[in-house]
Amino acid sequence: MKVGVVTFPGSLDDVDAARAVRAGGHEAVALWHGDADLRGVDAVILPGGFSYGDYLRCGAISRFAPVMTEVIVAAGRGMPVLGICNGFQILCESHLLPGALIRNDHRKFVCRDQRIRVENNRTAWTSAYAEGAEITIPLKNGEGGFVADQATLDMLEGEGRVVFRYLDDNPNGSLHDIAGITNAVGNVVGLMPHPEHAIESLCGPGTDGLGFFSGLAAVS
Amino acid sequence: MARYVVDVMPKPEILDPQGKAVLGALPRLGFQDVTDVRQGKRFELELDGEASPERLEEVRKMAETLLSNPVIEDFEVHVADHPAPVEESAHEPTPAEEPAPTEEPIADADESTADREPVQE
Repeated sequence: MKVGVVTFPGSLDDVDAARAVRAGGHEAVALWHGDADLRGVDAVILPGGFSYGDYLRCGAISRFAPVMTEVIVAAGRGMPVLGICNGFQILCESHLLPGALIRNDHRKFVCRDQRIRVENNRTAWTSAYAEGAEITIPLKNGEGGFVADQATLDMLEGEGRVVFRYLDDNPNGSLHDIAGITNAVGNVVGLMPHPEHAIESLCGPGTDGLGFFSGLAAVS
Repeated sequence: MARYVVDVMPKPEILDPQGKAVLGALPRLGFQDVTDVRQGKRFELELDGEASPERLEEVRKMAETLLSNPVIEDFEVHVADHPAPVEESAHEPTPAEEPAPTEEPIADADESTADREPVQE
């Protein structure tokens, strides 16, 4: 598959994400925030970083970048979209995913290897994992607290749309220990931890993140 | 020219870690009896033309679309009580504060007016 990785002003992890795409056996295509053009890709990754300096709110300005208009249309047609960290924040601001990410409850930036459980392996990005699989990938954020109103939380839980849950300590005050969620169809996934930093044993906590990319498949 | 104000606050049920940090700092500075602090944002927008309900409605749309996130924040809009400030050129400097007769420093001074957010890249 051709997998586009969007670079916004202030993106940090676009190069790692493209590398992870290639490690997963796909072709990585660089996409630019200012171009309303997805260059014929089959899937899109919104990488981590501090797009637009996190001004206003994390992801709030990126959400209106020309490329996002195309991403929102393509996501509506079922194209797989993965938002990692800042990318997750952009997906929430775009209303492709419900809820929002707010400042960590303890007010400190967190950077650590984080154990999470894969609660839903029926999304475009999690089919390589067994349901209930426990994996360890890096987490690094200052504003990763997932919040939503009770009705939204009940819906996410009831429909099995909580895709990842934090294990051990909740690192940022996320409600229901939510680390990542998906949309109703399962093609759009957002999470705060970084699978693209855990694709080879040389660096990072291991290779637990590789399955995101090697298992990428269209949702039937 | 009319000035409109958008006040954005975190919803009451949403945790406000920044407000909590300020709340924690105040007693250390000797300010007692503060029981809660919530931190929000204030936007001041200047639009061409007289203030009108239609323009205010437009500002409300801006607040809904970009300035606030309705999932976590509430907002209020109103027309500013005071008009937009007069242009800097209308200010007659006293001889003591007369700037040097070069162009550059004047432009710099205009850029750093006090009512701008002190956020730097």
